[in-house]
Amino acid sequence: MPDVHTHDAEAHDSAYAGLLVNDTHWAFGTDFEDPLAGVDTTVPSDVDPAVLATYSLMLADDALVLSQRIAEWCSRAPDLEEDIALANIALDLVGQARLLLARAAAADPSIVPALPEDSPVPAEDRLAFFRDDHQFRNVRLVEVPNGDFAECVTRILLFSTWRLALFERIVGSKDAVLSAVAAKGVKELAYHRDFSGRWFVTLAQGTEESRARAVDALRRLWPLWDELLQTHDVESAAAAAGVGVDPGTVAAEVAVVLEQVLAAAGVLRPEVGPLAGVRGRKGRDGTHTEALSLMLAEMQSVARAHPRGQW
Amino acid sequence: MTALVDSEVARARAVASTVVDPELPMLTLADLGVLRDVGMHDGRVVVSITPTYTGCPAMATMRDDLVRSLQEQGFADVEVRVALQPAWTTDWITPAGVAALVDAGISPPGRVSTGSTSGERSGPVALQLAPTRRAVRCPRCSSADVTLVSEFGSTACKAMYRCGSCLEPFDHVKEH
Repeated sequence: MPDVHTHDAEAHDSAYAGLLVNDTHWAFGTDFEDPLAGVDTTVPSDVDPAVLATYSLMLADDALVLSQRIAEWCSRAPDLEEDIALANIALDLVGQARLLLARAAAADPSIVPALPEDSPVPAEDRLAFFRDDHQFRNVRLVEVPNGDFAECVTRILLFSTWRLALFERIVGSKDAVLSAVAAKGVKELAYHRDFSGRWFVTLAQGTEESRARAVDALRRLWPLWDELLQTHDVESAAAAAGVGVDPGTVAAEVAVVLEQVLAAAGVLRPEVGPLAGVRGRKGRDGTHTEALSLMLAEMQSVARAHPRGQW
Repeated sequence: MTALVDSEVARARAVASTVVDPELPMLTLADLGVLRDVGMHDGRVVVSITPTYTGCPAMATMRDDLVRSLQEQGFADVEVRVALQPAWTTDWITPAGVAALVDAGISPPGRVSTGSTSGERSGPVALQLAPTRRAVRCPRCSSADVTLVSEFGSTACKAMYRCGSCLEPFDHVKEH
């Protein structure tokens, strides 16, 4: 290796000197400062930046929270292959979340939590680590605790089936960033759906025990399904502005896909009603189950303790 | 003046084209199809790269490697940008890249799209509940008698196979 970037005496102090260029960054985030660097983030002229930002935040929080839940499976999956598959799915989702959080921050900087002036924390990480539970806009399906492996794959099946249908339409968004994120996400979500669909069928057609667990997983998650297809005011505003998609419009397509999986699995749709909100407020309004605050406490505590941490 | 800039851009492009992928070091970023553009604006070299996957953790390493290589060759001011669109596909791996993979004992990906370059679909993505079947041959002995060992190999973008003829295990870069 040519000795080019070693900075004089420093090079002798550290074996790592010279390996990285100007690389000091916040200790708990990424060193790729802005995932949207070089991407035109101009908000289309006839779009309300606040609507675009909140809509992006909803899509981001769904991915971020589920990614964190799936990451809790690391080293705990039934075998190594599934462990890596789940880590891979979590990685795809955190990748989507990063771009969407950065998009939200660029559209409306006022949503980004304020930190001391010399804090090196980039906007996406401020949104991820420095918001409280009531500021998260995710649907409640993604926040509930993991349960067993059957519940893990069933949640990914429900989520990815729905999100894939949404992303296939968000590709046509007037906002170039959302369109690009969706175009890339479609390929990832199609894999997540096939992976989880196969596992659901495998478990449901497996042993008596695995079938009982698959059926039970669907029954436990089903009350949270309805919320995904209900249209929030922000979603209808985003759809009307041509940047987002009304989730109500994907309900029929998503039902057909789910029916295909359930038919192959020989499992009927559970007959349980949707989980009510609190005075009508649900995940999209920032009203969550207590599971989210507990999850965030773990996810955010180190970052919050060291908002100036650098390495 | 323009000719001078052009030759500098060509030199910068040549340098950027030698930078290799951190996870597939037998491939340059250019061969992988990740290096999208090299240009020059007001004396600054601007390099565009695109992620293979949205969450690709190698992006920062790629950026650092590009900046370091260009600075070593005298380009002081270098900016690396991310181009999200169009989305990367394994079809962008060049013929030289495919050959380099095979030389390294890695089975290259088959074609993803047959017709349009952007892989456009007319309807929703079809559900695929059957196991993935790929037309894979052993990169060492070319036998088609291969068995999938694991959907994930040494990296998430590769699957692991075993050859039934020469009995060697090998990685296959998954079509994406």
